[in-house]
Amino acid sequence: MSLQMSSSAVQATSRPLVELEDFSLWRQNRSVLDGLSFTLPKGQNLALVGESGAGKSTIGLALMGLLQSQGVKMAGRARFDGQDLVSLNARAWNGLRGRRLGMIFQDAGAALDPCFTIGHHLAFPLRRLLGLSSRQATERALALLESVGINDAKARLKAYPHELSGGMQQRVMIGIALACEPDLLIADEPTSALDVTIQAQIVRLIQDRVRMQGASCIFVLHDLALASQACERIVVLYAGQVMEAGLAEVVLGRSRHPYTQALKSCVIELDTAALEPPPGAAPSLDRMPSGCRFAPRCPRASERCTAEKPPLQGTEAHQIACWHPG
Amino acid sequence: MTALLFELLDVEKSYELRGGGAAFRPGPKRRLRALDGVRLTVARGDSVALVGESGSGKSTLLRVLMGLTSPTDGRALYGGQDVTQLKGERRAAFQREVAMVYQDARGSLNPRLPVLDLIAEPIRHHKLRAGPAVRDRVLELLDQVGLPAATLKRYPSQLSGGQVRRVAIARALASEPLTIVADEAVSGLDVSTQAQLLNLLVELQRRMGLTLIFITHDLGVASFLCDQIAVMYLGRIVETGPTRAILERPAHPYTQALLNAQPRFFAPIAQPLQGEIPSPIDLPPGCRFAGRCPRAVPACREDDPALMPSGQGRAVACIRPLTAAA
Repeated sequence: MSLQMSSSAVQATSRPLVELEDFSLWRQNRSVLDGLSFTLPKGQNLALVGESGAGKSTIGLALMGLLQSQGVKMAGRARFDGQDLVSLNARAWNGLRGRRLGMIFQDAGAALDPCFTIGHHLAFPLRRLLGLSSRQATERALALLESVGINDAKARLKAYPHELSGGMQQRVMIGIALACEPDLLIADEPTSALDVTIQAQIVRLIQDRVRMQGASCIFVLHDLALASQACERIVVLYAGQVMEAGLAEVVLGRSRHPYTQALKSCVIELDTAALEPPPGAAPSLDRMPSGCRFAPRCPRASERCTAEKPPLQGTEAHQIACWHPG
Repeated sequence: MTALLFELLDVEKSYELRGGGAAFRPGPKRRLRALDGVRLTVARGDSVALVGESGSGKSTLLRVLMGLTSPTDGRALYGGQDVTQLKGERRAAFQREVAMVYQDARGSLNPRLPVLDLIAEPIRHHKLRAGPAVRDRVLELLDQVGLPAATLKRYPSQLSGGQVRRVAIARALASEPLTIVADEAVSGLDVSTQAQLLNLLVELQRRMGLTLIFITHDLGVASFLCDQIAVMYLGRIVETGPTRAILERPAHPYTQALLNAQPRFFAPIAQPLQGEIPSPIDLPPGCRFAGRCPRAVPACREDDPALMPSGQGRAVACIRPLTAAA
């Protein structure tokens, strides 16, 4: 059974799917995201990388419209398929969320409701958003479970979340997120709670499903090597600012920003002999440094860095915000 | 000749389960084999990594090693004596000489005590210092783990994840141990914090000649930190030997699968291992990995291979090891 193709897929293919322009976000008047700009062309995958507190998950939640009423203030533009999300009303969000935007949360065990069966979880968006009948929804749920690689799918429909392993729960979440064939999938650390062998299975599954449906995916990741494997584009964030962004092979292969370089020097590969982590830790929300927020930990910082925030400059293939790129 | 500190001789730990019957009645007796035929020796100055997925028995092995639980069969020795039989002075010495860093560092620290008292507790307990010398010693330890003296008055809730781990390490060092046993001491942290802690552990180990037993699921961490590695699967050590040799030429297909699952910059995501680690209850005969093994032959499902020495300090439990052909 084919579901209704989103009308947008036919239109303007050159228009980026996601476009952030000088996008800022405050929580209780504290700056969480500071002037972010990046674009995601249709059909590509993008990874948001950086340490915790960098605002990676916040971007994901903002793009899902899940930060509407919590003392949150937004400025700038965040467009999804040409539509500005910053000024969107609740009704319009309901037309996007679940239907054209899907989300995979980090902790699948917590994201699934323990009171409902897997079948209910999968069928609910299909009935509610696509208006399928109960029987149609169940049939489609079965097909979804099979498509995310769950054996004995028929029996699993009747199972409750706690009866599944962590990897299986994550597969179910992927099934739910993809139920309405969204154009954009946001995967917030989809594998960090899983074992390594399962991690590879899940990332491959997301990649395959996204490609098959002609969708795009924004991954929130902390593993740079995994990001380089899973995504065409990378955005490196630090304390709510974009440090470096662009194509994965440029940003991670030939990084010029001292923060990206520092992150890379912390990655352990099997032949790593020495690690050179940057000193200190990321700043907290109420003590954000002025200018470039990485300056206090940066080996190349000068006076200008703390006085003036460097603009994000460059081409779409490689953008960098630094006064002293290496 | 190096002295052996720990010896596990064919240790088996199984639990009898009687749950699962209808209406709260006990079900049929089932056996959960958490550890089965485990042999491991740790000499003074060694650094050993225990690697494996969740459910492989890593933490149970630690509990047996520490004498926190007695094995159902086999013996766990410390300095030639049965760990569970240590009495009086010998027991006190064991408790001082072997220190543990727990997986949940925050949970392992009393939230009502400031850092000073947390670290002073083992010093006072073992009567290593008295009076004002205790405080000096705590300051020295804080300095060793790279925390400022001001941390002294902080409570665990006021510290970040990385700082809490440092306090836990300082507390472990406080009893002036010969051995540090760490259970996933660097997992769940940002890469930069993880790198800082790994550098700290390597430095401490080198400077103080510590013996290190380190549980991790990350082969990269294992290779960075430890000279020896023991790969576990479902309660068995399936491969053990010098880290470098094993990671360069793994003999067991499971070790190979773990290596493949390790994210690598710009490499395509490798074909992941199929399936998940099965339940350790009522295991089928034969090799425990056979169900997921790409090299399995019918013979694998009949005989359970024992860990056999394969030269150069290595041992593998497989009837079709990968190194045999070469």
